[in-house]
Amino acid sequence: MDRSSAVIALVRRHGLIVAFLIFIVLVSANSPTFLTVGNFLDVIRQTSITGMIALGVTFVVITGRFDLSVGSMLTLLTVVVVDQHNAVGPGLALLFVLVGGMVLGAVNGLLIGFIGLNALIVTLAMLSFLQGLTLLYSGGANVNIADAQSWFALFGRGTVYNIPVPVLIFLASAAAASFLLRKTIFGRTVYAVGGNEVATRFSGINSRWTIFLAYVLSGLATAGAAIIMGSRVMGAQNTIGQGYELTVLAGVVLGGTSLIGGSGSIWRTVLGIIMLGFIQNGLLLLGYPYYVQWLVTWFVIIAAVWIDLGAKRGRLFA
Amino acid sequence: MTARPQDAPVLEIRGICKTFPGVRALDEVSFNVGKGEVHAIVGENGAGKSTLMKVLAGLHAPDGGKLVYNGQEQSFTSPLDARLKGILLVHQELSLSPELSVAENIYLGAWPTNRVGVLRKKKLHEDARAALQALGSDINPMTRVGELSIARQQMVEIARAQAFNANVVIFDEPTASLADTEKAQLFKTILELKERGRSILYISHKMDEIFAITDRITVLRDGKYQGTETTAETDIDKITRMMIGRDLDAYFHRAKSAPGAEVLRVEKMCSSDFSDVSLSVHAGEVLGLYGLIGAGRSEVAESLFGMRQIRSGTLYWHGEETPFPKPRQAIEMGISLVPESRKEQGLVLGMNGRENTTLPHLSAYAQAGVMVHSREMQTYREYVDLLDIRTSGPDQLVATLSGGNQQKFVLAKWLCGHPKLIILDEPTRGIDIGSKSAIHKFIAGLAEQGLAVIVISSEMPEILGVSHRVAVMSEGKIVAEFTGADQTEENLIAAVSERRNVEAPEEGSAERPPVDARAVMGGQG
Repeated sequence: MDRSSAVIALVRRHGLIVAFLIFIVLVSANSPTFLTVGNFLDVIRQTSITGMIALGVTFVVITGRFDLSVGSMLTLLTVVVVDQHNAVGPGLALLFVLVGGMVLGAVNGLLIGFIGLNALIVTLAMLSFLQGLTLLYSGGANVNIADAQSWFALFGRGTVYNIPVPVLIFLASAAAASFLLRKTIFGRTVYAVGGNEVATRFSGINSRWTIFLAYVLSGLATAGAAIIMGSRVMGAQNTIGQGYELTVLAGVVLGGTSLIGGSGSIWRTVLGIIMLGFIQNGLLLLGYPYYVQWLVTWFVIIAAVWIDLGAKRGRLFA
Repeated sequence: MTARPQDAPVLEIRGICKTFPGVRALDEVSFNVGKGEVHAIVGENGAGKSTLMKVLAGLHAPDGGKLVYNGQEQSFTSPLDARLKGILLVHQELSLSPELSVAENIYLGAWPTNRVGVLRKKKLHEDARAALQALGSDINPMTRVGELSIARQQMVEIARAQAFNANVVIFDEPTASLADTEKAQLFKTILELKERGRSILYISHKMDEIFAITDRITVLRDGKYQGTETTAETDIDKITRMMIGRDLDAYFHRAKSAPGAEVLRVEKMCSSDFSDVSLSVHAGEVLGLYGLIGAGRSEVAESLFGMRQIRSGTLYWHGEETPFPKPRQAIEMGISLVPESRKEQGLVLGMNGRENTTLPHLSAYAQAGVMVHSREMQTYREYVDLLDIRTSGPDQLVATLSGGNQQKFVLAKWLCGHPKLIILDEPTRGIDIGSKSAIHKFIAGLAEQGLAVIVISSEMPEILGVSHRVAVMSEGKIVAEFTGADQTEENLIAAVSERRNVEAPEEGSAERPPVDARAVMGGQG
């Protein structure tokens, strides 16, 4: 390793964290509310939806693939949970949405894992398909939960000992996902497939199943996010999940999970998502409009993939 | 066909060296090529022939030495540079663009253009036609290259030599995929070039071709120059000795065990890559599978392990007919495959040694799907000790280990499941001679413990040194099997080259004629 690649490796490992800390210092100097417990809890609560999705997407990204369909999947599942709440009640609505998320993930997983189609294309096409499906389902109308007193409100609005329920759901799911990824056979195969799919198949592991299951998990996690979303809003618009796919991806890579696959972890994703939440929150507190976050998403994704590639080939420029 | 090599060397190669990571591919190679001479370069696989040709054609820059061309020292910056200066390589794998026309391919990289850069199509076609006609070919320069047969594509490559007025034309295994009549046409073209005063460098494994058309023969071995002989004054035996010429038994270890019960037998196994492969291997036995690259050896190994689809055939495992396994089942039956490419097929480089070791056997290290760390660590420690693997600890990523230690983890990974049969595909490729010896010793040790072992190698001394029995593969078939005193380099070379000469398969045909009886010689058991 020569010096330039050592520098890249250092930047890759710590660069984003350092940049983040500088950002925190700058914001706190200009906004007195930024570093308060109230604001902290607010940020965590706001990130629980992207965070939930990111837990599933982390599995997909570690296999070396993408899931760009999670944004419109979030929209559809939120619309469905709200609408079905009115139609069949909260219990069945929850069941429908959880199963539905897994089925949609399974369709992606089937096309990508078993048929071998390109993940980017398949999930991008799914993004479009689900947008259409959402409008077909809702007829273009926004839906609201009629019974404002439903226990369903707990998931997005409730608190336990002053801690928001969505935060508890997110952290409990993160713990489960982390266990799955780090401690189980399945988790090991996820890393192996992303690290070297050929060698994994030469080790007698059915990489197709691994990829398939990663997408099913991505769908399941998105369903969880849809439940929180529907419960928090107690309603749903037809564009409610728009753009989430890239925000989630930005959070995952901000945590340091490589888009090349084979490395990363749940705690990194949690950290990345929370960091992204603070960046967005800080920008709002500094008086920037909310849509500036999309510019940040661009910056984060480009920086992450660039540093990743730089570390791989030992230099930053082609 | 008399050569006049001495009076005017067109090309002098003086002390050329080329080193790749871990391999000295060319070591002080010196010889010269005369005007109007057909000069053969021979040597075993890995002797440095192809590297030398790539240096001459401008694909590799030499690390040391000089090329003197037409009396002037030269260095080529690219294949196009070499071509423009008059040295042209006709590739083993043809290097034409199938979507472009014949004329466009002949002048690829040097298309005639007018002042604003627009292609002068008419001139291009006329020039190409002239070049082809000079070689006696009637190929239409406007044809798309993809529509031509392999032989005619080769003619297009040779036409480049004419078009660029090349003084030196290098042929790398040009007859590998030609039928007999096409071969005759190629030889005619080569003699035509010779008559016009061009010099030809001719690389081939086929001794009969070399003795038929060349004036002199230069022999390489392990990257070193062994000598140049005048073809008319030498014979095949002498050249073969020069190619091999080393003391075999000095550093090879053959297992002392006697073969026991049959472990695996396959009969008439066919796939898209090979046909009618029958072989068997016994406990305590090392079966060598020899053949040139592309003969289908790795494909056979991967099929036995279930990585590839087979079309037909029967497999007997410990004497019982068993369906061909998938990799998972193969591992459970006790078949291990140490694949050819350590980094691509063998290891997950971003994982540590412990994770790589247990990867094929995860369920043995888990309880209800949850990994049991202590069990993994136990196996990891056992094999690090057994194989003397140098690591800084169980968390060190294998990407940061040396090649030899990586290879040891591949072995650990495939031994810790206690296989009955282990297949090693090119186990010593790219490894220095000292480590090779250790691996050979290790292979012998496995057989002595009662494992059935199949070793695949294109290094003849290695395969002869470690095997109890050698099966020779050529063009997707097992063409001969040797044991005992018949297990010699001469027989192996003969089996590979006879097979290649007996048949010149039609290009593109999947079905090939059965084994020629003449090719199957020596002891069968």
